[in-house]
Amino acid sequence: MSQPTQQEEFLAEHAHSRQPGSSYEPEAKGLSQGQIVRKRFLGHTGALVGLFIFAVIFLMAFTSVGWAGIPGWWKYDHLDVSPLVNDGVPTASLWPPAWGEHPFGQDRIGRDLFAMTMRGAQQSIIIMLLIGTIAGLLGTVVGGLSGYFRGWVEAVLMRITDVIIIIPVLLLAAVVAQSVNRRDQGGWFSGFAASNGILILGIFLGLVSWVGLARLMRGEFLTLREREFVDAARISGASNARIIFKHILPNAIGVLIVNVTLTMSAAILLETALSYLGVGVKSPDTSLGLLISQNQEAFSTRPWLFWFPGIFIVLICLSINFIGDGLRDAFDPRQKKFNAKKARDTQQSGEPAKAPAAAADGSAGD
Amino acid sequence: MVTYIVRRLITAALILLGASFLVYLLTASSGDPLEEFRASSAPNKQQLMDSRSQLLDLDTPAPLRYFKWLSGAARCLVPFGGSCDLGKNIAGQPITEALGFALVQTLTLVTGATILAILIGIALGIITALRQYSALDYGVTFMAFLFFSLPIFWVAVLLKEYGAIGFNDFLRNPEIPLPVALGIGAVAGLIVAVAVGGAARRRLVSGGIVFLAVSLILIYFSLVQWFRNPGLGPVVIAIAGVGIAFAVTLLVAGLKNRKALQASLIVVALGVVAYFAVQPLLNQATAVMIVLLGIATIGVGVGTGFLMGGYDRGQSMRAAGITAFLVGGLILMDRFMQAWPSYFSNSRVRGRPIATIGAGTPNIQGDFWVLTLDTFTHLILPTMALILVSLASYTRFTRSSMLEIMNMDYIRTARAKGLSERSVVMGHAFRNALIPIATIVAFDIGALIGGAVITETVFSVRGMGFLFLDGIMHTDPNPVMGVFVCVAVTAMVFNLIADLAYSALDPRVRIKA
Repeated sequence: MSQPTQQEEFLAEHAHSRQPGSSYEPEAKGLSQGQIVRKRFLGHTGALVGLFIFAVIFLMAFTSVGWAGIPGWWKYDHLDVSPLVNDGVPTASLWPPAWGEHPFGQDRIGRDLFAMTMRGAQQSIIIMLLIGTIAGLLGTVVGGLSGYFRGWVEAVLMRITDVIIIIPVLLLAAVVAQSVNRRDQGGWFSGFAASNGILILGIFLGLVSWVGLARLMRGEFLTLREREFVDAARISGASNARIIFKHILPNAIGVLIVNVTLTMSAAILLETALSYLGVGVKSPDTSLGLLISQNQEAFSTRPWLFWFPGIFIVLICLSINFIGDGLRDAFDPRQKKFNAKKARDTQQSGEPAKAPAAAADGSAGD
Repeated sequence: MVTYIVRRLITAALILLGASFLVYLLTASSGDPLEEFRASSAPNKQQLMDSRSQLLDLDTPAPLRYFKWLSGAARCLVPFGGSCDLGKNIAGQPITEALGFALVQTLTLVTGATILAILIGIALGIITALRQYSALDYGVTFMAFLFFSLPIFWVAVLLKEYGAIGFNDFLRNPEIPLPVALGIGAVAGLIVAVAVGGAARRRLVSGGIVFLAVSLILIYFSLVQWFRNPGLGPVVIAIAGVGIAFAVTLLVAGLKNRKALQASLIVVALGVVAYFAVQPLLNQATAVMIVLLGIATIGVGVGTGFLMGGYDRGQSMRAAGITAFLVGGLILMDRFMQAWPSYFSNSRVRGRPIATIGAGTPNIQGDFWVLTLDTFTHLILPTMALILVSLASYTRFTRSSMLEIMNMDYIRTARAKGLSERSVVMGHAFRNALIPIATIVAFDIGALIGGAVITETVFSVRGMGFLFLDGIMHTDPNPVMGVFVCVAVTAMVFNLIADLAYSALDPRVRIKA
């Protein structure tokens, strides 16, 4: 956020050209970009709820069964087999609120489903964060370089992007899964991969899912490099690196963050889908997708084995999507804030930009 | 323009060459095709391994094998040469043959789902954009995010359990208890009350009417065991047809255009007459005949509109044509319902019509109607699953596109000219909002034939996705390459079409030659 004044100018310009006198203008006065974004994000109820739910799941997943050798507070882990309690039916109940011995129940051989689900959520979150980080970094570098320098750099990088974008992810994942599983070769890679399957999968999926982001960032850089403030910086003698990092990147960061979030929510579903098809996470380790695929036949006899992992996938993905939606509204000055109260206020005060929407509302109801 | 297209095609061909080389090497190196024999204790183990090595030509290194494959595949470029050779799969079946079969399976599975998802998604997106910040908008937005976050295999298992097994159990004794009927009615009424918008009184009245109507219909259905012997009959077709005529005219021409309304109503009357006329003909129906009848129906509708004329002949023709098509659909639906009891009691179906897996009941016998119903009952669950997961993106995209358009200056101009709200929304806003959607649709149609790998796996449909996955699992490069080439070529062609369509639809976008 090193260029608050420029950004503000840019935002204000957009606000003026797009919707004169909209709800946006007053909140921009005297605030830096970071402050504006934070304010708008915190006004987005859906995003806040999403953030809260995600934080709770994150804490639960990482503290309950422990992570990286650090023990957690839950008494079982995802491999422990204990005697079946009440034929594995979940012991948690909403009223009276109780936790019980096996809150989410047990599977057929007596493994604790709570521990397995937490472990699965942990794996899914790790993979998601890995994919987000790697794809975000690679996408920015490739997209930024080709958008800024144009010429042969762009030609080469974009052709590579085109090739990667049409190779099916499923095939790549299968190749990785196969090489991870090939223990008979005993190379350093398979040795490392056998114990860190999740890391390999996450890094690998990150290495293939940056292409969409790269195209997006290239477009962003292409438009930003033609703007007046970049010309001004270049004329005053700024180096390429300075222009990229101080002038263009801060202006493109919004698009980047929003789309990294959306990539991450897609990554969760991708990981579960791959695990479901048998080319993602493999047993004895576990993930949410693997849990569902292992237990789908048991739906009629032990439905909880199917419900809990699925609900956790949906919750994680939903909360990430809402966070992404909130970020988009916060970063994009063109989109009006998704805030019913504010919208009603502006409608009541009868501002000109809102008039068409209000009229549409009224007359569509005829 | 031509230079641009030629350049795009050449680049695409080069990308395809590079990517296919990579895909071949990756597939070949992804595993060991002889693995299942290595661990076996069969006495003819060595012989089996040798024959498979020969079949897959394993003695040749993979990069060389790629060029062998390429020389066979290059012959596919010769039109009508008949010498297309994409190799054989691990079972010895030629890939061209397997691809043909899989393509049919995949297209029957995904076409209907995609079309429905596009239609419903665009409709929902427009409604939510027009009612921005209403309860309906928030509800649909939440549902869109929820559907967007659902893993399709999870939805599929739920659908199988409640949609197929539950519904089949219900059909055994199709009686709806009174509280359930009232409950469904109440839910429907509530949804309508939220959706109609406007004053509280208006909401209450509409919701109440829908509640009463739905509950009464359900009770009636339960009493006459409608789900066993469904049917519409001429009366329902006539009533529904009049409703359709009004709705279509309202959207297409506005109710002020009396001639258009009259044309649509005449078409409905013709439809009811035709209902009796075509019944004997429909008994010997074939697919071709249905298509021809459909074209004839639209022709009659457009003709009626033309004869009625009015101050805008085009509007009358459009309104009457669409009405005719929809009424024809109702008649077709009624005929399918007439065939339902015979399908239901078919010896292969045994009273459990909604299927959970496969693309058709094996060895089923029957006329056109029974066979088509059989396809429908197998398609309904995967179609629902696909619609659910792909609906969200269309809804969100249409909504934001429509919102942006509604804030444009020319919309304000249109209103200032005193145009009716219908013509502002349908004529000025909707058409322009469709431009960016058209490109998305082109992309999605391009991706259609890749199939839905997971949906096909869950519902055991042996389509393109299945072929691809099966090839990967057996380290068999030929089917993988076949699917890949098909998918990549269509995707690239449709990307090009999307770009060209965009510049054709929106003159502001110029193609740089």
